[in-house]
Amino acid sequence: MRVGVVTFPGSLDDVDARRAVEIAGGQPVELWHGDHDLHSVDAVVLPGGFSYGDYLRCGAIARFAPVMTELVHAARGGLPVLGICNGFQVLCESQLLPGALIRNHNRRFVCRDQRLRIDNADTAWTSTYEPGQEITVVLKNGEGGYVADEQTLDMLEAEGRVVARYLGANPNGSLREIAGITNERGNVVGLMPHPEHSVEALTGAGTDGLGFFQAGLQLVS
Amino acid sequence: MARVVVDVMLKPEILDPQGKAVHGALDRIGLAGVADVRQGKRFELELDGDLDEERMAEVRKVAESLLSNPVIEDYAVRVES
Repeated sequence: MRVGVVTFPGSLDDVDARRAVEIAGGQPVELWHGDHDLHSVDAVVLPGGFSYGDYLRCGAIARFAPVMTELVHAARGGLPVLGICNGFQVLCESQLLPGALIRNHNRRFVCRDQRLRIDNADTAWTSTYEPGQEITVVLKNGEGGYVADEQTLDMLEAEGRVVARYLGANPNGSLREIAGITNERGNVVGLMPHPEHSVEALTGAGTDGLGFFQAGLQLVS
Repeated sequence: MARVVVDVMLKPEILDPQGKAVHGALDRIGLAGVADVRQGKRFELELDGDLDEERMAEVRKVAESLLSNPVIEDYAVRVES
């Protein structure tokens, strides 16, 4: 149960992601953006932060990092991949997930404990939750507004590929309150909120985020 | 040497909070009659050697794959003499 966590220049939450994997009972493996292989990991987390300084567009330069070539190939083959915040942006830029993330509608960086509803509990990363379950995890982003054309949004809804939605006031202008989505196969999940910051009662908003990492481990074990 | 300019703009239907902030500032400093402001990006590529059609095709390819995100942005490529 080896879960790789990729560190790009500018990644911030890679250490927390590795810690979350460990708390969930897995073995975290450090992956470097310049790696040309995935070191036989069973799953991968793309962490939050500001890869390559968020220059050009968030995630746009990370998409072309050497490690991403192998990762995109493996994800298309079914490897469980969870992209959190900047990791979600990287997954969209890599076209593993549809749509894009743009600057928050209110131009403010949001940082708060956020209530979410898990709409799809069948993905590689959400199988420990109940469909419709409400959880609270940390949300912190400046460019977290999820956008896609109407046709894509309708397709995501019809195929049940909206993984999580924001509850309460929309924090960043995401269309249809989308906080996370998955690919057709359910192995790739992109999530704007940060479950890795909500895995310990001492430091987080409860431990509701732990289920994502436990789910990822269940699948590979 | 040739200079190729790539202009990238958010698609009209995509919200542009930066443009809105600039619009607000224009109002505050007293420029009247501004209906809307959209903010984009301009890339200037200085290319060695002659610019043939093959080279331009390569530039268009990176304009679409790296310099812009076709989901949210449009781009235009032109040669500046």
